[in-house]
Amino acid sequence: MGQAFSFANIFGKLWGVQKEIRILILGLDGAGKTTILYRLQMGEVVTTKPTIGFNVETLKYKNVTLNIWDLGGQTSIRPYWRCYYSNTSAIIFVVDSTDKDRIDTACKELHTMLKEEELQDSALLVFANKQDQPGAMTAAEVSQALDLTDLKDRSWSIVASSAIKGEGLTEGLDWLMDVIKDEQL
Amino acid sequence: MSTSSYKKQDPYSSTAGLPDKMAVFQECLQQFNATPVNAKKCRQLLAKLLRLVYHGETFPSQESTTLFFSISKLFQHKDVSLRQLVYLTIKELSSTSDDILMVTSSIMKDIQGNDAVYKPNAIRTLSKVLDSTTVHSAERLFKNAIVDRNPVVSSAALISAYNLLPSSKDVVKRFTNETLETIQSYKQFPPTQFQLHEYYGSATSNLPSTSYMYQYHALGLIYQLRSNDKMALMKLITSLSEGSSLKNSLSIIQLIRYINKILLDDSSLIGHLFPILSGFLKHKSDMVELEACKTLVSLQHLIRDDQFMAIVTTLQKLLSVPRTATRFAAIRLINKISIKHPEKIMVVNIELESLINDSNRSISTLAITTLLKIMGAGTIDNGSGGSESVDRLIAKMTSLMDEITEDFKIVIIEAIENLALKFPSKHKKLVTFLTDLLRDDGSLQLKTSIVDALFDLIKFLPDPSAKQLMLMNLCEFIEDCEYTELSVRILHWLGDEGPNTSNPSYYIRHIYNRLVLENSIVRSSAVIALAKFAAVCGGDVAKNIIILLGRCLNDVDDEVRDRAAISLKFINSNKKKLIVSDSRYDLYTLENKLVHYLNDEENFNEKFDIDEVPVISNEEYNSIEYNRKINKLENINDNSAVTEVEERVKSPTGGEATPGDSLANDLLKQQEYSQQLSGVEQFVEYGKLTKSTIEPVYLSERESEIAVSVVKHLFIESKHLVLQYNINNTLPNTVLQDISVVAQPDNDLYQEDFIIPLAELRPNDTGIVYVSFTIPDIEEAELLSAFGNTIAYTSRDVDEDGQVDPNDDGGWPDEYQIDDLEVLACDFITPLYNSNFTALFDQLPYQDTSVVTINQVDNLEKAIEKLKNSLNMMPLDGSDFVSSGEAAHSLKLLGKDVWGGKVGASIRLASTGGKIVAKVEVKSETENFGNIVISSVY
Repeated sequence: MGQAFSFANIFGKLWGVQKEIRILILGLDGAGKTTILYRLQMGEVVTTKPTIGFNVETLKYKNVTLNIWDLGGQTSIRPYWRCYYSNTSAIIFVVDSTDKDRIDTACKELHTMLKEEELQDSALLVFANKQDQPGAMTAAEVSQALDLTDLKDRSWSIVASSAIKGEGLTEGLDWLMDVIKDEQL
Repeated sequence: MSTSSYKKQDPYSSTAGLPDKMAVFQECLQQFNATPVNAKKCRQLLAKLLRLVYHGETFPSQESTTLFFSISKLFQHKDVSLRQLVYLTIKELSSTSDDILMVTSSIMKDIQGNDAVYKPNAIRTLSKVLDSTTVHSAERLFKNAIVDRNPVVSSAALISAYNLLPSSKDVVKRFTNETLETIQSYKQFPPTQFQLHEYYGSATSNLPSTSYMYQYHALGLIYQLRSNDKMALMKLITSLSEGSSLKNSLSIIQLIRYINKILLDDSSLIGHLFPILSGFLKHKSDMVELEACKTLVSLQHLIRDDQFMAIVTTLQKLLSVPRTATRFAAIRLINKISIKHPEKIMVVNIELESLINDSNRSISTLAITTLLKIMGAGTIDNGSGGSESVDRLIAKMTSLMDEITEDFKIVIIEAIENLALKFPSKHKKLVTFLTDLLRDDGSLQLKTSIVDALFDLIKFLPDPSAKQLMLMNLCEFIEDCEYTELSVRILHWLGDEGPNTSNPSYYIRHIYNRLVLENSIVRSSAVIALAKFAAVCGGDVAKNIIILLGRCLNDVDDEVRDRAAISLKFINSNKKKLIVSDSRYDLYTLENKLVHYLNDEENFNEKFDIDEVPVISNEEYNSIEYNRKINKLENINDNSAVTEVEERVKSPTGGEATPGDSLANDLLKQQEYSQQLSGVEQFVEYGKLTKSTIEPVYLSERESEIAVSVVKHLFIESKHLVLQYNINNTLPNTVLQDISVVAQPDNDLYQEDFIIPLAELRPNDTGIVYVSFTIPDIEEAELLSAFGNTIAYTSRDVDEDGQVDPNDDGGWPDEYQIDDLEVLACDFITPLYNSNFTALFDQLPYQDTSVVTINQVDNLEKAIEKLKNSLNMMPLDGSDFVSSGEAAHSLKLLGKDVWGGKVGASIRLASTGGKIVAKVEVKSETENFGNIVISSVY
């Protein structure tokens, strides 16, 4: 018995399934966070309402249990983000690529968040979302607008995505899985 | 074992083993934030936390917030039992945490899910989390939940809608159709409901498929939404009472209560609603039957005698059911009927007699008191056997008295006293029963209640020989009384009553015995009692007493010596007033004034002015006491029905109108009005407020957009009448400005002085408009008047913030007519008690007679009620009681007018062809006043 257990442990460590991985989806309101969450979980597009509070879902991705928290992005809810920072392995920051007016606000929120002590070791994945819309900024443009190049001591990546069409999501998540596994082993 | 020590050992008592607050808090944070979550541990922790919260523990806001966010993290776990506990906890924390909105989306998601066990929990929690800004996003959810096929979900949504009412009534109003649909629908518990837990697993076959409880919840919600719309309510009641659309007993009971409320507001609907109520008298649920009986009994003035018998028949049937609670409720109602209409329940006599031996003592006691009342009305006196049945009942009671506890004895004693008061002709046997009981052993409490009863009977029974008999019995009692306080009270009483009897020396002998034999407390009160004899009787009696008191000067006790010395001094110097007083201060007002005086140190610059406290003469005090005694029993029963209506009618001063309480409270109210008026500078020179109507009279529907009630204030010295119009603006989005009331008297002698208008009245505010008149003298014949009232105002719309729209071009002026107001005799009279009406009536100097038809009433009972109200005089010798079926009745009324004169009315009423004719004979001390009284009878 004892042997079997330790064997499972070692096996689990190899594949990173010994515990759930906690991921936060953040971003301004209307960026598409809830749509991304349910696209990932159910593989379909659901009609969403502005999230007052949060949605939390557990899903298996490539044999890893992900515990994904989608927090509302309205101004009134942003102050509460920090209550959910602890034990977070990765942050998915979603940006509405068509919303040029508020990209500065998004940048400010992102950098304020990344300064938090509890998030020092978390990986960052940025989705430049809504690529299906006309006039959307490219991932490079978004990256520049968000000053992502200034980030030091953090694994980060930016992926152009469209939650409606389901493009870019798996690429982003694959990258995230790799980073997390690297860090945990 | 005493209760306190019992509590300590009870392992289930609320405080036993209460976990430590901070330890639970720390463990909660640790467990709830762990990954992965251990559901079982978290459930146990939440249970501990809930126990603390239910026990009243609170967390500081910082801790409360941290706790809340930790709990919100438990939403990631799918365990249903854990989720239920999470909801329970969030519901409790919702009142202390501001961040509660963070769980809104998660809860909504749970509600949208399929038949989950925690769906009802989620709905109930959601109603606590929502505020007026977020409620709109949940509207659709609530509508769907209300019409859900699962009755538990539906009920949860309905009662949650209740909770939303205060903050967002407009949203809840949009649930109306769904709610109505739910009342009429059939919802079944899902078959899996009980199997979810192994405890129910094997028993599902015996469980009912539905309880129809959602009907009760839906009905309550609909009522909340429609309570202001009488027509809509009537429609609802009619549609629900047809056939058997309501299956749930509680919902039918609730429906009956709503019918009752409507009828209290508008009794003219009885013709339409009575068939519905009487239909419920025969129902398979005894609760429904009882509720229908209860409602009809409280409405008995509206229904015919033959209709009434149906109630009695139902109650009679319920008296013999096995369930004790039902029997008790039924006999309680019968007891209530017996207060006013003992003759109507004669038919249940046999059942009542058998209930005397009921194993439940509450029932047997009620049976006895009810029988006593029936007996009092003389309705079971059938010629020869009359006194026999009285004897039999008393014999039965005497044997029962040995078995029952003192509490019940006291109830019976009160019933006997009440009976003797209401029907003085029956007093002999009852007094004998009481005095026999006084001789038996008993605790202080029991003896006190007997002595109290005897005191009241002495005070209010007109027959002097009965009085004498009771006083003698009391004398005998104190010869061997072990309770000092009772002896003292009786001695005081003997001092008050004894001197006025035919043989005062009898009492003096007994009192002097106390002086020789008793302890110092009793001795000193005996001294004062003797002094009263000396002061009142004078002559030889006084001489003898001086000798007796002289001996007390050598008493061993200081107090006795002092009292004897001072009494002797008073007697010798003929200072009768210092020994016996014929008036006293009104204690309620005195207390009120003193509290007010002591509350503010600035008041101490001036002396407390005792003159502001009204002085009540003994005569008036007796009136108050008598009224209180007579009304006591009836009020207890009526209150429940009336209170709810009364509560809505709060007076503008903020003082709540307490129904049925004694005249003493009226005095307080009067005092309050007086203070309020003296704050208005225009009224300062009017002098002392003579009299105000206590209850505001409504001149419009209570629910109308602008509700108006009026209080009349009379300043008799300066001849002014001030009408105080209380105006309540119930329009939600309108501000009223420049409000005034035009009161047009139909009496030319009334001169309008001025109007004090109201500048502005915001939504849901109440304000006051005063109109002052100079009124004619009593010497000029026409003192009465009627006023046509018109209210005039400018209405302006306001936006949601309550600001007047600046673009508004000054609003639009409007006016409308409200009901007329009459000034009647009742505004000039206060009720007065006297135990000997006939003698007093003959002495009054001025006489007026007239014959009139009483309008708008069709039986004697209602006519008497109307006369009592329009004259505000006290009915004496039990003459306000009329047995149904009688064609003629004589009513004796006594009062005191505002000029200080007594006024009596002897009214002979006759019922002919559906009309009530009255021959009114009024005698008064104030000239011309009789005329006014007669003009008020119509």
